[in-house]
Amino acid sequence: MSRILQSASERRAETHPLTWRLHDDQSPVMLDEYRRTQGYEAVTKTLEQHTYETLTAEVKTANLRGRGGAGFSAGFKWSLTMKGDDVPRGYIVCNADEMEPGTFKDRLLMEQQPHLLIEGMILAGFANRSKQGYIFLRGEYHRAATSIQRALAEARAEGWLGADVRDSGWDFDIALHTGAGRYICGEETALINSLEGKRANPRAKPPFPGQSGAWGLPTVVNNVETLCNVPGIVNNGADWFQALSGDLSSDGGTKLYGISGKVKNPGLWELPMGTTGNQILELAGGMRDGLLLKSWLPGGGSTGFLLPEHLDLPIDFDTIGKTGSRMGTGLLAVVADNQSMVSLTRNLEEFFARESCGWCTPCRDGLPWSVKLLRALEAGEGEPGDIELLEQMARDLGPGKTFCAHAPGAAMPLASAIHYFRDEFERGVTRPKGKAHADPIPVGSV
Amino acid sequence: MTNTTTSTTTTTSTTKATGTTTTTNTIASDGFTLDPADRAAILEERAHYPYPQAASIEALKIVQKRHGYVPDGAIPAIAQTLGIGVADVEGVATFYSLIFRQPVGRHVILICDSSSCFLTDYEELRDAFFAHLGIGMGQTTADGRFTLLPVCCLGACDRGPTILIGEDLHGPVAPDEIPRLLEAYA
Repeated sequence: MSRILQSASERRAETHPLTWRLHDDQSPVMLDEYRRTQGYEAVTKTLEQHTYETLTAEVKTANLRGRGGAGFSAGFKWSLTMKGDDVPRGYIVCNADEMEPGTFKDRLLMEQQPHLLIEGMILAGFANRSKQGYIFLRGEYHRAATSIQRALAEARAEGWLGADVRDSGWDFDIALHTGAGRYICGEETALINSLEGKRANPRAKPPFPGQSGAWGLPTVVNNVETLCNVPGIVNNGADWFQALSGDLSSDGGTKLYGISGKVKNPGLWELPMGTTGNQILELAGGMRDGLLLKSWLPGGGSTGFLLPEHLDLPIDFDTIGKTGSRMGTGLLAVVADNQSMVSLTRNLEEFFARESCGWCTPCRDGLPWSVKLLRALEAGEGEPGDIELLEQMARDLGPGKTFCAHAPGAAMPLASAIHYFRDEFERGVTRPKGKAHADPIPVGSV
Repeated sequence: MTNTTTSTTTTTSTTKATGTTTTTNTIASDGFTLDPADRAAILEERAHYPYPQAASIEALKIVQKRHGYVPDGAIPAIAQTLGIGVADVEGVATFYSLIFRQPVGRHVILICDSSSCFLTDYEELRDAFFAHLGIGMGQTTADGRFTLLPVCCLGACDRGPTILIGEDLHGPVAPDEIPRLLEAYA
């Protein structure tokens, strides 16, 4: 179970829309309490006051950017969904397949406040004229599954889901779908294939899911945290959402930031978008005694490494994007000065190699090759040209060269680790050319 | 999957609670019989989706829950229950990492090997598991008690290094805590 490290007295409805209801004892907020604390008021308001166009426009104005890591405007995505009286109603799918290395925020929201997600999905379903919602939850999140199932039953019993939602004449329901592993399921078109009961290979785009997604119908895929932001926007308006981050960031809202690695007090905090890395590190009490921060990942294994000097930057999509890295999920992972960048990069590429779906060649064959080179460098058995080869691979696995974003995600930590810490890699080059790593090392072997 | 044969037989069972007699089709394939309760559960899952194939992953999980893994014979049985192709079920069964295609121990220990647990020294924990259990990754102890497998980031990085045993998340786990931790899993 994840922990929010701000106490209940520090979290308020106006400033902490995602977490203000959460209990210090981490017990879930269920329907009665949720209803007493503004719960489902956004659905009531929407059914009374909004059309699907005005709701989409409100979320677009708020500039709610996708919290799953890509940062795409949710309102804009919704505006692209094919919908109309002559278009069959499709699906709203919640991407709850949280598996990005270093990310543990959606777990918190689903375990402790499932109704906020359900309310957000009802609103997203309304805006996209969906007939059905699916929560695609990773199979390992047992506590979240229990919480969501309970909440779905409660919401259905009170008429927030099902036929004729709250006597509005509008039908909408949500089902929980649990996965069976594989990181690639988090890629939205792979997720749709998995939802359909197929192997989770990504699909070619176009057509985009908004045109033809699950079972050929218009489908919107949004992350848990993204959807959890929608009720607040509906209740308080786009201007309020924008103001949450004040002058800190051009992106509106708050963000569930977190930190892991060898800090004194790892955890999660709901903070204004644009909070700096230093502020988050300070909240975590800094590095454990005797350790210095050498590098950090701003938001998951598929983001690029940064240096201590970047900790002063606001962590938002555009600012971190300008460094050449990505904000990703906004959960930091710190690397201590006594930890090897070569070993860590090897660990990351092992992960991406194992989790490749195998559909396209650069990813399927390139990633294991990078693991082989990295293992050789880590063992001090690299040869001249290995680092240059890794750099070339990072380019060849970049955006536009593979079927989906999996390999580009793998290339980002690889390229940035070599860029900032080349000396560590060079120390692994000890053998004359042609003598090293003659025996292939099978990926997956330990 | 060799020499797989599928046949349909009709069995009759009596439900005690209601006293009524019901007739169900059970499918025997490769010596495997789909339990009537599992078959019912699969058909219930099927109702959640517009097309039956969508229930195939859940069907595999239902079979695995009973048997600990998915025997080869379950593949055609699931295919026939859902009315979809055997190859479609097999393709799914071989893709997903939490579907086990060979017997596993009574308790599967999933060790997170992703970056945040790497940064909190999961490799030491993993090696301690190897030493304590006398097995490597993907192996099962001789007494059939434990299987060790790696898993993607468990989403509890503030508690790294983490492991998942059954439905229980543990973390942070120190290598010397392993013997005491495993006592709860007979």
